[in-house]
Amino acid sequence: MEHSSAIRLENVTKTFGSVVANKDICLDIRYGEILSLLGENGSGKTTLMNMLSGIYFPDAGKIYAKDKEVSIRSPKDAYDLNIGMIHQHFKLVDIFTATENVVLGRSAKKKESLKAAAARIREICDQYGFDVDPDQKVYNMSVSQKQTLEIVKVLYHGAEILILDEPTAVLTLQETEKLFKVLRNMREAGKAVVIITHKLNEVLEISDRVSILRRGEYIGTVETKDATELSLTEMMVGKKVSLDIARPQVEKKKPLLEIRDLSIKNDEGHIAIDNVNFYIRGGEILGVAGIAGCGQKELCEAIAGLRKIEGGKMIHQGEDISTMTPKQILAKGISMSFIPEDRLGMGLAPSLSITDNMILKTYSEGKSFFVDRKRGRQEAEKIINDLGVVTPSTETPVRRLSGGNVQKVLLGREIKSGPNVIITAYPVRGLDINSSYLIYDILNEQKKKDVGILFIGEDLDVMLSLCDKIMVLCHGKVMGIVNAENTSKEELGLMMTGAINLTESRATEDKKPGIAKDSYIEEGTK
Amino acid sequence: MSAAVTTKTKEPFLRIAKREGLNPWKAWGIRGIALICALLLCALFVFALTKLNPLDVYSSMAKGAFGTTRRIWITLQDTAILLCVALGLAPAFKMKFWNIGGEGQILVGGITTAACMIYLGDLLPLWLNIIIMVVASSLSGALWGLIPALFKAKWNTNETLFTLMMNYIAIQLTAFFVSKWENPFGSNSVGIINPDTKGGWLPEIGSNRMVSPYVLPVAIVLILTVCMFFYLRNSKHGYEISIVGDSENTARYAGMNVKKIVLRTMLISGGICGIAGFINVAGASHTISTNIAGGRGFTAIIVAWLAKFNAFVMIFVSLLLIFLEKGASQIASDHGLNNEASEIMKGIILFFVLASEFFINYRLIFRKKDKKEA
Repeated sequence: MEHSSAIRLENVTKTFGSVVANKDICLDIRYGEILSLLGENGSGKTTLMNMLSGIYFPDAGKIYAKDKEVSIRSPKDAYDLNIGMIHQHFKLVDIFTATENVVLGRSAKKKESLKAAAARIREICDQYGFDVDPDQKVYNMSVSQKQTLEIVKVLYHGAEILILDEPTAVLTLQETEKLFKVLRNMREAGKAVVIITHKLNEVLEISDRVSILRRGEYIGTVETKDATELSLTEMMVGKKVSLDIARPQVEKKKPLLEIRDLSIKNDEGHIAIDNVNFYIRGGEILGVAGIAGCGQKELCEAIAGLRKIEGGKMIHQGEDISTMTPKQILAKGISMSFIPEDRLGMGLAPSLSITDNMILKTYSEGKSFFVDRKRGRQEAEKIINDLGVVTPSTETPVRRLSGGNVQKVLLGREIKSGPNVIITAYPVRGLDINSSYLIYDILNEQKKKDVGILFIGEDLDVMLSLCDKIMVLCHGKVMGIVNAENTSKEELGLMMTGAINLTESRATEDKKPGIAKDSYIEEGTK
Repeated sequence: MSAAVTTKTKEPFLRIAKREGLNPWKAWGIRGIALICALLLCALFVFALTKLNPLDVYSSMAKGAFGTTRRIWITLQDTAILLCVALGLAPAFKMKFWNIGGEGQILVGGITTAACMIYLGDLLPLWLNIIIMVVASSLSGALWGLIPALFKAKWNTNETLFTLMMNYIAIQLTAFFVSKWENPFGSNSVGIINPDTKGGWLPEIGSNRMVSPYVLPVAIVLILTVCMFFYLRNSKHGYEISIVGDSENTARYAGMNVKKIVLRTMLISGGICGIAGFINVAGASHTISTNIAGGRGFTAIIVAWLAKFNAFVMIFVSLLLIFLEKGASQIASDHGLNNEASEIMKGIILFFVLASEFFINYRLIFRKKDKKEA
């Protein structure tokens, strides 16, 4: 069956300075269909959708709505065209209820009491199978509920065309499936749905057609039923790639870092990490899985000495590091790199040059009053060459690099210092396939050098093939530490939501999970 | 959906887009054009209101600042004092520590200098007294800068309000000492300190009376400028300042002691502002009053920001500001305009220079003509 066109783009081009974000993009969004927009990072997916939602204005090209040429100059125009965008970062007011958030800012058109609005929200929820309580405050909602609320919000305002920007990035497996069910319901109801993603399995599962972008250029559109993971990857990357992540087998060494009964509070003073036990051996990658914000950040900060711990021990090769300063911990060879959502928050100084960022951890060496930029420049050049960082020069401010290159700079610096423990949180966050694989290779390279790696990740598929063991956190508690070869995505997903707790079910008198048999910590000292 | 929407096929008339990495020469070109535009607008303004020949007005501006050897050197000295304050503020602002307490730091530096001149001027040899004055003024300025920094480090107080309030304390303190040192009695001012013996005055260099009193203040600040340039750009301290200013989290992550860096930088910042007070009192005015800071603590913020904390660029920015100030008062006396008229011209020029930063950071895209597209 042929569906009618909702929005059609013709040769749309958008440039930022000398960077071409979108070049001659053609796109056809149809009613009653789910279209995936697939592309690596920096391929211009979000830019394109921002033009549809009125945030940017194209430099050239035409946009048609229902085959009539239109011009979208502001978010209001997009709203008038019934385009609804669900952004990656939710735009909700925390202290308002669901209903208040839904009616926010749009009341000018017609007056409606909050009660009536709540009733309509319930109606929409029933129609599509949403689970939203109109009177619940946003700060009490889970990530997935917030996202649902965003969808309800655009539907409430009569959106016919829904654009979702990486909606599954923050969801668990089970939540993702729930979302997909909702999206299918919307397709049945005749809405046009666009989902931006770089996860191939999701594309294949949910969409009817796939449009692919590469480096800002439009590559083509294929029917999902004719596509495979490999064919899509080739279109996306532009060359044949292997999708296997290597997991080199390395002889296990003694535990490098042992964490015992560790408890940490978050900024609000609540317990973020609750009585956690685990250890990392040399030559091993320990993955940490968990829904965003269940203690990962606090754990990283505590190990790096940036956060006070409430109780427990952190033992590095037999030495307690829990009272050391960040500088002393660095000197022990423990490197921590944390890629926050904005990718620049911790570990890099965004306005400073690559050179200046290279010397961040070593600048104070030597007696000279002045910093040694010459060495930093050499190191910067080496990393640019070795890791293929795309940058005009070593003196370019880091914030002007694209996400992947920023992460290469960060990881490159961490590795050059020759650490024995690497704590890395979300090192491939938002990266495209090519850059991600490069990062995996770097980590495997370190693993072969007997470095112990704590890998805090988001993508379960990646963790299952890259990590040796996976620890699952749920609300700061360890749900279990499993061998990556003996587990499944489903099991991990259930552990992430707390439905399975292996720590409790497997604990016995003589063997507690997360405590190494050949521990440095003498049993007698406990 | 609605028909009204589909008729909107026009592109917006004007769009604003951010641009980065504009080549520095172009950026200076834009600033130059802004200055020329400002001068043209001023000319128009002067002519429309007073029917004076704008060229005459400009030439009297130049005359006011550079008319005679003495005027040139007074302009240079005033530039130096403003520059000195800006040098003090630059490290704090680069660290994103909003030190708007320059005014108070200058004043306390001035008070201690005046005290040394009054009590020690005729007792100690000049060189010893100068050393004592430099140390005392920079220490008192540093203390004035350190107090808000300590509170910020300890209780995370707002440094903007705190440094501002410290200004008022310094003003009251100055008023107290002015009444204490009142000379002659009943004048409510200190008058020139040691007018006959010149005890504690910065020595004159050379024999030309038009030049000699101004050489030392200018030279001291020039040396400070060079030091500050390399301190901020090449020293480890300067590196720490830029990291803390850019991302405090990253600084902590790198193992830096952020509190220590903040305290140290505010010591330096306040100290240099205190030295500006010393130069002003011992080198230029030879008296103390609540007016000696004269708003420089605030004007210097403009200097530091406009120059993007580059000490050498600050020389030119402060020269421009002092030139406008001197020129403005000259126009007022030459052409019988009141001070406000010249203040308006000063305002126009500053406005254009500041606004040019917008065009350096953003570009405007106008709707293309339909013909072009066809």
